[in-house]
Amino acid sequence: MSVSFMEGNEAIARGAVIAGCNFFAGYPITPATTIFNTMLKLLPPSGGICMQGEDEIASIGFCLGASMAGMKTMTATSGPGISLYSEQISFAIGSEIPIVIVDVQRLGPSTGSATLGADGDIQFLRWGNSGGLPVIVLSPTDITDCFLLTIHAFNLAEKFRCPVFIASNKEIGMTRESIDIRNLPLPEIKSRKTASQPTGFQPFAVHSDTGVPDFLPIGGSIPVRQTSSTHGPDGYITNDPKAIEINRTRLAGKLKAISTDHFFYEAYPEKDATTLLITYGVTARAARQAHREEKQSGRPFSLLILKTLWPVPQDLIQKYAKGMKRVVVVEMNLGQYVKEVECILPGIPVLFLGQMNGCLITPSQIKEFLNHG
Amino acid sequence: MVSLLNQNRPPAFCPGCTHEKIVQMLDRSFQNMGLAGNRIAIISDIGCSGLFDTFFHTHAFHGLHGRALTYATGIKMARPELTVIATMGDGGLGIGGAHLLAACRRNLDITLLILNNFNFGMTGGQFSATTPMDAVVESGFLNQLENPIDISEVARSAGAEYVVKCSGYQPDLDKELEKAIRFPGFSVVDICGICTGRYVQKNRLTPKKIETLVSNHNHTISSTPRKEYYSHYKELSKNQPPAENPIPISPVFKPLQPTRQEIVILGSAGQRILSAGEILCLAGLTAGLNVSQKNEYNITVLTGPSITELILSPDPIDYTGIDTPSIILALSSEGVERRKYLFTNTTPDTIIIHEQNVKIPSCNASVLSVDFKGKGIKPKEWALASLAVLAGMNKVISLDMLQKAIELRFKEPICSKSIHLIRNMV
Repeated sequence: MSVSFMEGNEAIARGAVIAGCNFFAGYPITPATTIFNTMLKLLPPSGGICMQGEDEIASIGFCLGASMAGMKTMTATSGPGISLYSEQISFAIGSEIPIVIVDVQRLGPSTGSATLGADGDIQFLRWGNSGGLPVIVLSPTDITDCFLLTIHAFNLAEKFRCPVFIASNKEIGMTRESIDIRNLPLPEIKSRKTASQPTGFQPFAVHSDTGVPDFLPIGGSIPVRQTSSTHGPDGYITNDPKAIEINRTRLAGKLKAISTDHFFYEAYPEKDATTLLITYGVTARAARQAHREEKQSGRPFSLLILKTLWPVPQDLIQKYAKGMKRVVVVEMNLGQYVKEVECILPGIPVLFLGQMNGCLITPSQIKEFLNHG
Repeated sequence: MVSLLNQNRPPAFCPGCTHEKIVQMLDRSFQNMGLAGNRIAIISDIGCSGLFDTFFHTHAFHGLHGRALTYATGIKMARPELTVIATMGDGGLGIGGAHLLAACRRNLDITLLILNNFNFGMTGGQFSATTPMDAVVESGFLNQLENPIDISEVARSAGAEYVVKCSGYQPDLDKELEKAIRFPGFSVVDICGICTGRYVQKNRLTPKKIETLVSNHNHTISSTPRKEYYSHYKELSKNQPPAENPIPISPVFKPLQPTRQEIVILGSAGQRILSAGEILCLAGLTAGLNVSQKNEYNITVLTGPSITELILSPDPIDYTGIDTPSIILALSSEGVERRKYLFTNTTPDTIIIHEQNVKIPSCNASVLSVDFKGKGIKPKEWALASLAVLAGMNKVISLDMLQKAIELRFKEPICSKSIHLIRNMV
């Protein structure tokens, strides 16, 4: 065994390159900057492109152009930058442009605190687009997750042709940890499906039950159209309500193919538990410790750590909540994901523990809440 | 060559709109150049200029208002062999001004056609960045308050090396477009025209007036253009050193303690606190421990406290916070001040090593005062020296672990100097 020592952000960058990322563009922002720094070391010497945009809007715009020209692209930012990405995120969703977007969250609102952590963007990542169509959000708990989930994020972006977010946190991104990076089992690398019959190619026509159109790159032998406007299968503006509805329904439904088998999570069910604790991100680490300590003290609770936040793994949550007297959701904000959990667990009391002061939620706070909250 | 116009989608502009003439001229320039549709990408954004991509049989990318140049940049970097044309209106230029400035500075081989008709046509004739102050527009009196810009002048001062101002009515516009497309760098063609649907409803603007307007401007065409961005990028990329792989560290020592150890180093900028933290973690790795490091420092990095929080543990590290450290190394007053609360939680099992001149709050810990200054050790070496003191006590790390970490981290001559320092401390 030989391990290495690096930041979560560096692990994301290294995971991206393993996944085939060959185009990165970003704009400096704490606490995400070290992803850009690492990509700048990794990509240019190996023939890839790494650019610093004039602002966040440009950075993600570069990525969208490059992605449609066939490259695997990633950008990274924090809350203020995600806000600026918003119009381009809507574009990527509606026009099915694969891209991985890393949000190394910092304490908001607004410019907030550059060097303090939070998980305050969780609903924003889901709903910060016009049109409200679904996205995929993965949430790492530690450096190994940063590395592996980034590879999965690229695979998902390629498979479903949509933006995939990594909801990291300053407390993961800028924390250095040991990682056995050489011996981790790597997922198979996937790429978007190329149209097999270029003749008569329509950029948004769907020929399979995946609900995802085949791809041809801008710059290839067949002229290809991309548009942010409401379009039919041919990529031209349409006003036909039927065509619009078919397309919107498809976009809303295509992520349903992410079944329970494809959600990322850790579950620690306990036989005698009456409480299920649900958490994600860096808070999962305090929860793991609390889980271990309470079990040793004879007060076991079940623990579900979600690493796929969106789409909401509804069946998974319902499965582990079944028979519980209460469910406790712990997150580093003032109550965001708990709303999703409440919606899907009618009849089970759902309690909330959270804070948004730049400090980690501690194992003691969790134990205190469970025992006296 | 055949026309690249899309026969199924003829131009759909208002009667008399200059844009239609420009579409025809652009097609003619493509024909003159012998370009096939699959060798061209037309990138457009919002407004009437955003319809351009639909009228051609080429690659096309239509995006958000003012952002055409951002997509064009990504496409050109991915497919440098393509002829990339971006079309933007004067409205898009206003909202996307930063992208224009950056494109001028960057000099990537894209041709920007500005379809300048002095107002927002599609939304009803509001004023844009180029609307004259005396024009009558749908923004009421507001355009009387803002000075219009001359986009050509702005592009020139931002470093664009090919800037021409044209009339959409000039008969040799196709030749002008061809020259701009052939220019090996970023080129701007500011094409002035008439918005028949909106602007000229209340303002007098004729092809003749546009001809006068355009003739007053000098063209900028560099005869010795600077390096084009993509080829320059490739040239510089080739000289970049290959990326270093993360250093693999195999365990060669046995851990000293069987339990999780939490260490906090409190110092100031310039004391190499974060480096010392890294060394301690690397030392932990040489004994097969799991390690984590969290840092805190001012955004103005050369001043203020510098703090590093370290965990070394035989078990996987879950919670990375430190509330009751086993070791505190106190090396500056402002560092101590920032983490004062840590001292209240100390017990006799806590070890504090401090420079004897750095005052610490009264506490229950076992305190070791060290006269680093008296030993002739400079403040920037105190952090490493305090690790040596810790290793000398066989707490958390051994001296061999520390030396191994230094060897992993530093090249000569710093490596030998550092080893000399720690050996002298013990």
